[in-house]
Amino acid sequence: MRLRTLQILVLVLLIAAWYLLTAPGLIPPFYFEQANRAAFFFGEPQKVFWVIVEWFVSGEIFIHLAVTLLETALGFSIGAIFGLGIGLWLALSPTASAVMDPYIKGFNSMPRVVLAPIFAVWFGLGIWSKVALGVTLVFFVVFFNVYQGVREVSPNLIASARMLGASRRQLLRSIYLPAAMSWVFASLHNAVGLAFVGAVVGEYLGSARGVGYLILQAEGTFDINTVFAGILVLTAFALALDTAVGAVERRLMTWQPRAGETEKV
Amino acid sequence: MNGVPALALADITCRFAARDGRSDAYTAVANATLEVAKGEFVSVVGPTGCGKSTLLNVAAGLLEPSSGTVEVFGERLLSTEGVNRRAGYMFQADALMPWRSGIDNVIAGLEFRGVARAEALVQGEAWLRRVGLAGFGDRYPHQMSGGMRKRLALAQTLILSPDILLMDEPFSALDVQTRQLMENELLALWAEDRKSVLFITHDLEEAIALSDRVVVLSAGPATRPIGDFRVDLPRPRDVSEIRMTPAFAKLHREIWGAMREEVLKAYEAQKVL
Repeated sequence: MRLRTLQILVLVLLIAAWYLLTAPGLIPPFYFEQANRAAFFFGEPQKVFWVIVEWFVSGEIFIHLAVTLLETALGFSIGAIFGLGIGLWLALSPTASAVMDPYIKGFNSMPRVVLAPIFAVWFGLGIWSKVALGVTLVFFVVFFNVYQGVREVSPNLIASARMLGASRRQLLRSIYLPAAMSWVFASLHNAVGLAFVGAVVGEYLGSARGVGYLILQAEGTFDINTVFAGILVLTAFALALDTAVGAVERRLMTWQPRAGETEKV
Repeated sequence: MNGVPALALADITCRFAARDGRSDAYTAVANATLEVAKGEFVSVVGPTGCGKSTLLNVAAGLLEPSSGTVEVFGERLLSTEGVNRRAGYMFQADALMPWRSGIDNVIAGLEFRGVARAEALVQGEAWLRRVGLAGFGDRYPHQMSGGMRKRLALAQTLILSPDILLMDEPFSALDVQTRQLMENELLALWAEDRKSVLFITHDLEEAIALSDRVVVLSAGPATRPIGDFRVDLPRPRDVSEIRMTPAFAKLHREIWGAMREEVLKAYEAQKVL
């Protein structure tokens, strides 16, 4: 509880500093020549707050949020499923893995955000170009984790399951998949964040809906308060998503030791 | 006892290709012949790193020997047909599935064989009771002690009622007291239906206390059996008490005499590395 209080205190201090430094005429300008310049460049916290309230009261934000979250969810699910499938396949097939290795490495090294304009051409300005960008970002995080996870399954565990009579299919279901899942969950926080980035960057580059679009519009009219409002709403939802992932993880990964419990050997 | 041995390894040689590709292939086991009769408890002892586990993996069908044959109740074990279906294997390290609760680990083998879950659970609970883990079925392996995990692994293996039990230093990670408890429990379970057991250990006392026969392996490389001793101690035995008897001490002296030179050889070889 003490920790929570301190955390809130930091937030309050930050907002107070923001307000003090930007409110026109409150303190004499020491960097800009004119009193209202700081507010022009950095926005003002109370105005940002009212923009957010206005968005939610008028309901204007909901369609944009829904679109951004839908893009995130689709990008994340499709990317994770492909990552899991292809990760399992390559990890269990040494030949395919050896053949694909340079391409995987190359595609991963490519700064994939530059694909956004291409996706816009291929998939149009609707949600699918953003989903595609999210998929390329999420795929590799999940893929590498699954690949690593499957390769690091203890040979003992595999031998043991074989001696207990597991067929190849049962090995996949009972050993490889659960082993890989723990690695997938380790990467999930990262992956959800990247799906979000994919959605927002995609919207920012060209869209008619979404929170990224709102930010882009506001920027076009130098409405810095609205830009900040958009950023804050995005941040809040990113945090909420992260919490949701954490909750799912705790539910599904009860078998993993946590701090305070004994370590598995 | 009928004539066909439960497990017969004949003239087994295992060569491993050197990893760097320059030095010669490493011969772990050379011309090893070993038989385990039906219902017999055989221990294999040898210095560390002499290829005991290699031999066991061959018997399990997990490893194909470079040459030689494995026969299980008179039938050739072929690598194309997969692992030794009549054997259960207990590993040195933990081989439990960490994502399954105790009971789900125990019934894994039944599940793989397509036994209905309700039926499997009944058998699983019974086995948990037999190894002294009643009421711990919903715990995950990481929530159990080393001894409990070994019991769980024992139940997981024995629930399938394998005709042959292969054990690779199963209790070596346990403290002395827990270990003796587990050894007694193993003997009690074994006495119920007398499976054939091939038990690998580096601990000569453990080998004598448990077995009908102790086979001594030479130091690696090119390990092979160099001694075969019958243990005529009466059963049922208590592993901690039997160690005090004169007959045990005599056997120990005799077998150790055969082993000592090999242990020293292995020790010297490891010092060079």
